[in-house]
Amino acid sequence: MTDHVSSAWTVTTRTRGTSVAIALIAVVIVAGFATPFFAPRAVIQDLFFILTMLVLAQCWNLLAGYAGLVSVGQQAFVGFGAYAMFAAVSLLGMDPLLAIVIGGLAALVLSVPTAFFVFRLQGAYFAIGTWVIAEVVRLSLAQWKALGGGTGTSLPSGATRDMPGVRLVADLLHVRGPQATDIVCYWLALVLAIVTIGLIYRLLRSKQGLGLAAVRDNREAARSLGVDPLWTKSFVYLVAALVTGLTGALIYVQKARISPDAAFSVPDWTAYVIFIVVIGGIGTIEGPIVGVIVFYILQNLLADYGSLYLLFLGLLGILIMLFAPRGLWGVFASRSGIQLFPIRRMLAARTDTKND
Amino acid sequence: MNWADTIIQGVLLGGLYALFAAGLSLVFGIMRLVNLAHGDLIVLAAFLILLLVSTLGLNPFVAAAVALPVMFAIGWVLQYVVLNRTLGDDILPPLLVTFGLSVVIQNGLLEGFSADSRRISAGSLETASIQVGPISIGTMPLLTFLSAVAVIVALNLVFYRTSLGRAFRATSDDSSTAGLMGIRSERIFATATGIAMMVVTIASLYLGTRANFDPTQGPARLIYAFEAVIIGGLGSFWGTLAGGIIMGVAQTVGAAINPEWQILAGHIAFLLVLLVRPRGLFPRAVD
Repeated sequence: MTDHVSSAWTVTTRTRGTSVAIALIAVVIVAGFATPFFAPRAVIQDLFFILTMLVLAQCWNLLAGYAGLVSVGQQAFVGFGAYAMFAAVSLLGMDPLLAIVIGGLAALVLSVPTAFFVFRLQGAYFAIGTWVIAEVVRLSLAQWKALGGGTGTSLPSGATRDMPGVRLVADLLHVRGPQATDIVCYWLALVLAIVTIGLIYRLLRSKQGLGLAAVRDNREAARSLGVDPLWTKSFVYLVAALVTGLTGALIYVQKARISPDAAFSVPDWTAYVIFIVVIGGIGTIEGPIVGVIVFYILQNLLADYGSLYLLFLGLLGILIMLFAPRGLWGVFASRSGIQLFPIRRMLAARTDTKND
Repeated sequence: MNWADTIIQGVLLGGLYALFAAGLSLVFGIMRLVNLAHGDLIVLAAFLILLLVSTLGLNPFVAAAVALPVMFAIGWVLQYVVLNRTLGDDILPPLLVTFGLSVVIQNGLLEGFSADSRRISAGSLETASIQVGPISIGTMPLLTFLSAVAVIVALNLVFYRTSLGRAFRATSDDSSTAGLMGIRSERIFATATGIAMMVVTIASLYLGTRANFDPTQGPARLIYAFEAVIIGGLGSFWGTLAGGIIMGVAQTVGAAINPEWQILAGHIAFLLVLLVRPRGLFPRAVD
């Protein structure tokens, strides 16, 4: 988006190193798609985990970091999306790929009444309100006997093997069915991550994104300029629910087994996600990417310590929030001036007529 | 099924929820801080009482009396050293710091006490009951309810009849002007959290003696407390008691219909109130 200030000046979001960043991102994407051709199955599964957590973190960051909506209840959409996918596959015999889309749409539908309730709560109470909704959804789905009630159920055997593309991948890469399923899920997660980051980046650079930042920074001032805070926040809330639901459904296609306690787990889908964003840097697109890498390393180093590991993550989160609230990426970016996904508008001397 | 009995049990259970909620209500009323670790602090206090009972052989009520000043000190230091740094216009720091604290307390307790569920033994009191006509009322639930009423009365007295309460109200209304009058808001906030932790200790005594508890129960207690505060309306202690009672009655009535619906019924009562009266039944505060 280019605003014409005068003929001699232009508004740009490019920073030093933007061309390098674009090249870097392109390399990472190409490498990401190529990985299954040479990496073992365990690596693919780990990357799948990293990518899905990254998408969840981007969604939470969009809510908390940009719209000021601190939700502790995003597990409602992970679980609901996953359950809708299970219902579509197990009860309606639908193809899992299509069922993932159903999962996302189901989460989107759920988010409408949810928004109606939680938007009545201001600030901090919004946070616990979202948590209550997640509990209500979990307890309700635990009553659904056809999907195993409180103990849960598994996907029908063979459902994921017959997914489109799985046989092709199996033949092409000479791997067994389950591994081919993992690879297809991984590619889907990669596409989902790229599309999510791309969409969030576009949104933040658009007029709506500017409005969002304005609402976050000063609600009254933004309103006086014609930005409708409720509409802006609702829109972001619904989008985050849709993507979170898609991710939940995708995660459970790969897991192939669901239970209410796992699908609506606060530590797995909310605590980890919050720590990823806080450690990496809230309110930036790069933050969750850095955060998920740090999180993965910590988990591999410390996962054997069980509850001590979570205790350590909690402490790290508190310390970062108190002493470096912009997170690791925030500290790095403010020292180096490097931004991989620049959204800040700056005035620059006009050199050409290129619009971006 | 005896409806009168069910509703009386619900009202008495509501006393426990009001105890969970009163501390939350106090802290929010004064500094607009929502402590996401509130439930975990209740469980922490229950473990403290359990430790005193099991190692020193104290009576649970004496142990709670010993725990009161300890929890006050924990609350005071927590607020003064950590939480005061997070206060401000931005709601992110207090929420994320207290969320981190919740995870830290929960996993610290898991590490120290394992995931086994525990109970504080209150001896013959546990099974004692009073017969009122056809209905028998448990002594412990009755004590819980009376304690809740006593706590609400005490909080109202402190808040409206003492100089400390005047400082609370002044800081709540306008902390910079209160500062000009010589009130040090950091200390006022620390004292408020200390008092909230004393209420938490009383709540944890009944949590621990009435039923089993384990380190992972905190978040559910936070949610009940929060629902009671919102149902009652922000800033009103009597409203919080009413909110606790509504939660308790909704849960026991739900459980009487189908045991699996107990918790769900409480949440639905909360959502209904939010739907009809978004600011709660007895709101006092403007926000």
